[in-house]
Amino acid sequence: MTSSLRLRAGLVSIVLLAALLGVWHLATRSTGATTTMSPEYAKLMGLTATQGKSAMPGPLDVGAKLWEHLRRPFYDNGPNDKGLGIQLGYSIARVGLGYLLAVLVAIPLGFMIGMSPLLSKALDPFIQVLKPISPLAWMPLALYTIKDSSISAIFVIFICSIWPMLLNTVFGVASVRKEWINVARTLEVGTVRRAFTVILPAAAPTILTGMRISIGIAWLVIVAAEMLVGGTGIGYFVWNEWNNLSITNVIIAILLIGVVGMLLDQILARFTRMVTFPE
Amino acid sequence: MSTFDDPFDADRNLGAGCVCGQHRSAREHEQAALRCEPVESEEKRYEGVVASAVMRAMFPQDVARRAFLKSVGASTALAALSQFFPLQTATEVFAQAGTPEKKDLKVGFIPITCATPIIMAAPLGFYSKHGLNVDVVKTAGWAVVRDKTINKEYDAAHMLAPMPLAISLGLGSNPIPFAVPAIENINGQGITLAMKHKDKRNPKDWKGMKFAIPFDYSMHNYLLRYYLAEHGLDPDTDVQLRSVPPPEMVANLRADNIDGFLAPDNICQRAIYDGVGFMHLLSKEIWDGHPCCSFAASREFITSAPNSFAALTRAIVDATAYASKAENRKQIAEAIAPANYINAPVTVLEQVLTGTYADGLGGVKTDAKRVDFDPFPWQSFAVWMLTQMKRWGQIKGDVDYKAVAEQVYLATDTKKLMTEMGLSPPASAYKSFSVMGKNFDPAKPEDYVASFKIRKAS
Repeated sequence: MTSSLRLRAGLVSIVLLAALLGVWHLATRSTGATTTMSPEYAKLMGLTATQGKSAMPGPLDVGAKLWEHLRRPFYDNGPNDKGLGIQLGYSIARVGLGYLLAVLVAIPLGFMIGMSPLLSKALDPFIQVLKPISPLAWMPLALYTIKDSSISAIFVIFICSIWPMLLNTVFGVASVRKEWINVARTLEVGTVRRAFTVILPAAAPTILTGMRISIGIAWLVIVAAEMLVGGTGIGYFVWNEWNNLSITNVIIAILLIGVVGMLLDQILARFTRMVTFPE
Repeated sequence: MSTFDDPFDADRNLGAGCVCGQHRSAREHEQAALRCEPVESEEKRYEGVVASAVMRAMFPQDVARRAFLKSVGASTALAALSQFFPLQTATEVFAQAGTPEKKDLKVGFIPITCATPIIMAAPLGFYSKHGLNVDVVKTAGWAVVRDKTINKEYDAAHMLAPMPLAISLGLGSNPIPFAVPAIENINGQGITLAMKHKDKRNPKDWKGMKFAIPFDYSMHNYLLRYYLAEHGLDPDTDVQLRSVPPPEMVANLRADNIDGFLAPDNICQRAIYDGVGFMHLLSKEIWDGHPCCSFAASREFITSAPNSFAALTRAIVDATAYASKAENRKQIAEAIAPANYINAPVTVLEQVLTGTYADGLGGVKTDAKRVDFDPFPWQSFAVWMLTQMKRWGQIKGDVDYKAVAEQVYLATDTKKLMTEMGLSPPASAYKSFSVMGKNFDPAKPEDYVASFKIRKAS
């Protein structure tokens, strides 16, 4: 039964994809020569102007270009032109670093706040104000104070991925069942041991859910941050191709950003499943 | 007598007037000629400079030297000279300017044709020729170029000509002393309008339209404002001016979100290439020979690494001289088109650089000076930009035009470097010019500002 459901769902997905590609293809076909131009003039003009080609590339153009990129993902033509693999690598490294820093800060801090109602109340206003700030709003400030664009990008990842993790950790820790803590207390378990053996396992699923939200945000932010400061990374790639008004490459980048984002999310989802326990 | 006429030329005109007879003096003749004529090889040029100096030292009297040359011939004279003076060694010593303190440099640029000398100097080897290892780094926008240069991520950078003035004055940033040793390009911008306005060529009909410019402290802003004001439109109230990054200008034009823009080139031509706009006019029709972008570095870099800075300036001046030659332009277009540099179709860059271009209305036009290259940082250019900053309210209060211009535009240093390289810089750093038929006298900037009917009340 479930396997047949999966099969049917897969079929529907494929049909939807085919329909989407078909519509896309039809919508972006060339309309043929629009105007009569002198050949000398036409030579100086682009295909959009001379053949009425849509400014939007069709699925075939994108496919061909994607194949071209995938065939040599790691080429390096100097500081401004690197393969897609290298660009993605830079972005993932930045996200990884900023995210790791956020984990190192958010989880211990979240633990402390979660275990202390006083801290929780005292820090709440700060967290509520800082949480909704758009990642890119931090960028000029970071550039100005840190004075290094790649560290600024990492800082922006850090500052934006810290809040969901922190809040979820606080929530997870604070809502560990009172009976469990009381049992630990009657068994005279020390604070540190109680934190690691009782609270951490109990709060882990909530903490990991927070981490999963955070990685999604971090991946959203990096593209925008790299577009802003340039240099390297998939965001820079998008900006560079936008600069060339190459929508084909922009679409490819969007596809890849989506795929990588999904992979990152899946990794965290797997971890979440590993620590989830039946009550 | 100019430093640059050949003392080995026995027929050189010694009196007043020039060789061709069309100019009042030899100096004027030279200034009319291209100022940065590259000689076939660097060694030849240095050799010429050194030999000339020695020859002049030996025969300070023009007449005596001429008599000597007449009697033995120039080549014999040169041979005789090298008998007792080590010309070869002297040339080598001369050519070997101080070793750069820092060889690995980073120079930021914005991917537009204005950056041509900065960019091409990398693939065509002008940096390495001057002993530098330069990474040219593409940058996402003018504000980022400004911040990264201030942060010292870049040693020097491509900037809009008014930017170093604005940064030094603390407009739109902290005041940090910046300097301009070379102008990147002259001309090279245009007013592009959306196709639907092809019958609205009179600016008087443009009331209520929306225009894009790339940056507030840019020649684009000042020229567009100037052009509109000359036609009776107040750029602050009659039209909308928006700061928009160049690639978005084309997209916005296509989306009917703006009516036109005054942008740096390859963007104007790109809009035409994609069939979304047409060229209303080239910026050169507003002011022929106006500066557009500059090469800039902070004072701190200049004082901490003077030899690196000098070598960098030499490389840029050298590349600029090469780019000023029409016959090199096709090769340059190909060198700077790849994704690593401007990342644009070669046809577009070729049309900009060679000046034979499609105008977007079905015609092919030719203007070899559509974009041109001349590195000399005229201080009068800086004074003009300051008058416009004052005119549009970017500078409040009094400004010492001359002092700021001379502090930021390093005409004296560049003149010295150009002389060492065997080029002929102009004698004065001030010249008057006319913008849309109105003469500008750099000695009277305050009067100039006051003479405009349309300006921001301050």
